[in-house]
Amino acid sequence: MKDIYSLFRFSLAGLRVLVAMTLVLGIAYPLVVLGVAKVVAPWQANGSLVTATGAHTTDPDRAVGSAIIGQVSDDDALFYNRPSAAGEGYDPLNTYGSNWGPEAPELIQAIRQRQAEIAEREDVPVRQIPPDAVTASASGLDPDISVAYADLQVPRVARANGLTEDEVRRLVDDATTGRTWGILGEPHVNVLRLNIAVQQAADAA
Amino acid sequence: MSAVGPAIGQVAVLVGALAVAVPLLGRHLAHVYTSPKHLAVERASYRVLRVDPDADQHWRTYSMSVLGFSLVGVLALYAIGRLQEHLPLSLGFAALPADGAWNTAVSFVTNTNWQWYSGESTVGHLMQMSGLTVQNFVSAAVGMAVAAAFARGLARNLAGGRVGNFWADLVRTVLRVLLPIALVAAVVLVLLGVVQNLLEPQVVHTLTGGTQSITGGPVASQEAIKELGTNGGGFYNANSAHPFENPKPFTDLFEVFLLLVIPFSMAWAFGIIVGDKRQGGAIMAVMALLWGGAVALLTWAEMAAPGTAPQLAGGAMEGKEVRFGEAASALFASSTTGTSTGAVNAMHDSLTAPGGGVAMFNMMLGEIAPGGVGSGLYGMLMLAILTVFLAGLMVGRTPEYLGKKIGQREIWLVGSYILATPVLVLVGIAVAITAADGLAGLQEAGPHGLSEALYAVTSASNNNGSAFGGLTSGTPFWNTLLGLCMLFGRFLPMVLVIALAGRFAAAHHLPPSAGTLPTHQPLFVALLTGVALVVVGLTFVPVLVLGPIAESLS
Repeated sequence: MKDIYSLFRFSLAGLRVLVAMTLVLGIAYPLVVLGVAKVVAPWQANGSLVTATGAHTTDPDRAVGSAIIGQVSDDDALFYNRPSAAGEGYDPLNTYGSNWGPEAPELIQAIRQRQAEIAEREDVPVRQIPPDAVTASASGLDPDISVAYADLQVPRVARANGLTEDEVRRLVDDATTGRTWGILGEPHVNVLRLNIAVQQAADAA
Repeated sequence: MSAVGPAIGQVAVLVGALAVAVPLLGRHLAHVYTSPKHLAVERASYRVLRVDPDADQHWRTYSMSVLGFSLVGVLALYAIGRLQEHLPLSLGFAALPADGAWNTAVSFVTNTNWQWYSGESTVGHLMQMSGLTVQNFVSAAVGMAVAAAFARGLARNLAGGRVGNFWADLVRTVLRVLLPIALVAAVVLVLLGVVQNLLEPQVVHTLTGGTQSITGGPVASQEAIKELGTNGGGFYNANSAHPFENPKPFTDLFEVFLLLVIPFSMAWAFGIIVGDKRQGGAIMAVMALLWGGAVALLTWAEMAAPGTAPQLAGGAMEGKEVRFGEAASALFASSTTGTSTGAVNAMHDSLTAPGGGVAMFNMMLGEIAPGGVGSGLYGMLMLAILTVFLAGLMVGRTPEYLGKKIGQREIWLVGSYILATPVLVLVGIAVAITAADGLAGLQEAGPHGLSEALYAVTSASNNNGSAFGGLTSGTPFWNTLLGLCMLFGRFLPMVLVIALAGRFAAAHHLPPSAGTLPTHQPLFVALLTGVALVVVGLTFVPVLVLGPIAESLS
């Protein structure tokens, strides 16, 4: 009985503390970060939007996407990105991986099918296809592909846009980020950045 | 795709950064939990809130303060969830269903951050900020306060069961530790691409003529404390795999650093509080050994990529991001399950069978490698006491730890603590796989299906919060079951810890004798590591054999 009374008493004190904490941590703190972000990094804070020429913008009407969010890319003249399990593909309102385990028959079949499609599209043997090309990412929004998968697509993209393979390969290099300090993460090619560069080069040619 | 050199290199950078930060933060934490002085802003808030920060609380009073504060936390968060549609910045989302609001309220108050929902389509900006972010701070602070009370209990002599003041511990942890670090970390994250805005989804017209909704939200402010407080609840469904939460290989390592730094620093602070830094060093060594082992095993598993699908694809990239690759994903996975974080940068359901097994084993250890903020330290100290007790039995002497005698009452409390979560896990899994509503949530059949359910009850009972995402857990059955696992998995052990702190605080400080087992030497480190592994092994091997082990061998 005494314990129940003290639990009640401390709950009241707890309520007062919680209200104060909510004002400080739940309102003031995020707004301070918001204010600082508006000053030091307004572009990043608003979602790293880019225009069709690759310029930074904070206006969604002028943007073709976010520099760090992958988008559906199913045009044979452009670089394809990875399979996505986010909604119908690259849906930021539905982010997730497939969550299939390593022995799931559904996953095994999906990998086989993707390998067959890519082998036909790029005219390469299946063993040349890197793993990221046939697997869904964790977020479903992966903005990147591996250097190997980009290399694989160079001949097709060059042909489709009337560019030489060397030209396209240079664009791939420009869109490639190596490991940070040579050790963190993996080398990756930003697909949106690359496709914007391809379209610009094709327009100029 | 990962290479061995960089894989080792990134762990080395992480360890180097921790080696610099942990002694500094550890010293600061020890000061925070022992200094009699209040800051001016703290004194003012105590006056306004009408709490007495100088009352040295008896352990019962301390427990009641913890429970009272957490109770209103659950009620407030439940109310926010149920009333969401009437709140500003709700993005038009409906109120959470009753079972969902219950699950989420318990989940964030217990520092678990299990999420049955998908953030970007369920929770508005105001609930994220003023409900979830707040509990990210205070649930972490509660864990650290209890660990501090336990350390003080061991340090005190004949103090009549008094272990300190909960309100002062809580307020100091937030104002002097969590808030300043989170502020700096949030700004660093924004600079590197994490979003921070209050926008509704911005619709853009994509390069190939489609449309895409670019989501926003106060993400950076939540991301910082989500890692720092070992909470783990993602702003978005994809959690730290989402480029807006974790855009670069550097932010990834930074987030792993944030989630490890306080748990290790608490061990350092413990050494200072009990007046013998070597004791903290020994505890830290065991944490580091277990964490290092898990990192090595998980990295090996993901890079070797055993299993039918990874072999077919040529690498274990299902559920992983290209910018991180296998090694950084494995480092994150072992660190998030070794602490009580549960954030993920790769989908654990798609880890290789041995990789997923290591993640599960890490949580089953009770999250002591290095564990949640606060809970990691007290969890490890409970095992340390069990270890001196076992060693005492072997040589036939009365066991003692840091000058406190381990008698029948003490070992009863320790035993109950160690049994509490395994009982929850094993009863939970039994209920889940015998109920039709439980089985209905599984995505896969066979051993992997069992792993999905086992991972969920393990994650909830140990307050981790990561998931094998194939499990559809947003049903009344799973929400209720996992809510209960989280609630009892948090507060049952916590009250036992505070009770033991009280007993120690009341007891004599015995001078070490010839029969005392030194608890700062490599022998003890090895013994404690062994005890941790054996306890988990004996408890969980049968069910692990049916899940991940069966899958590995098939």
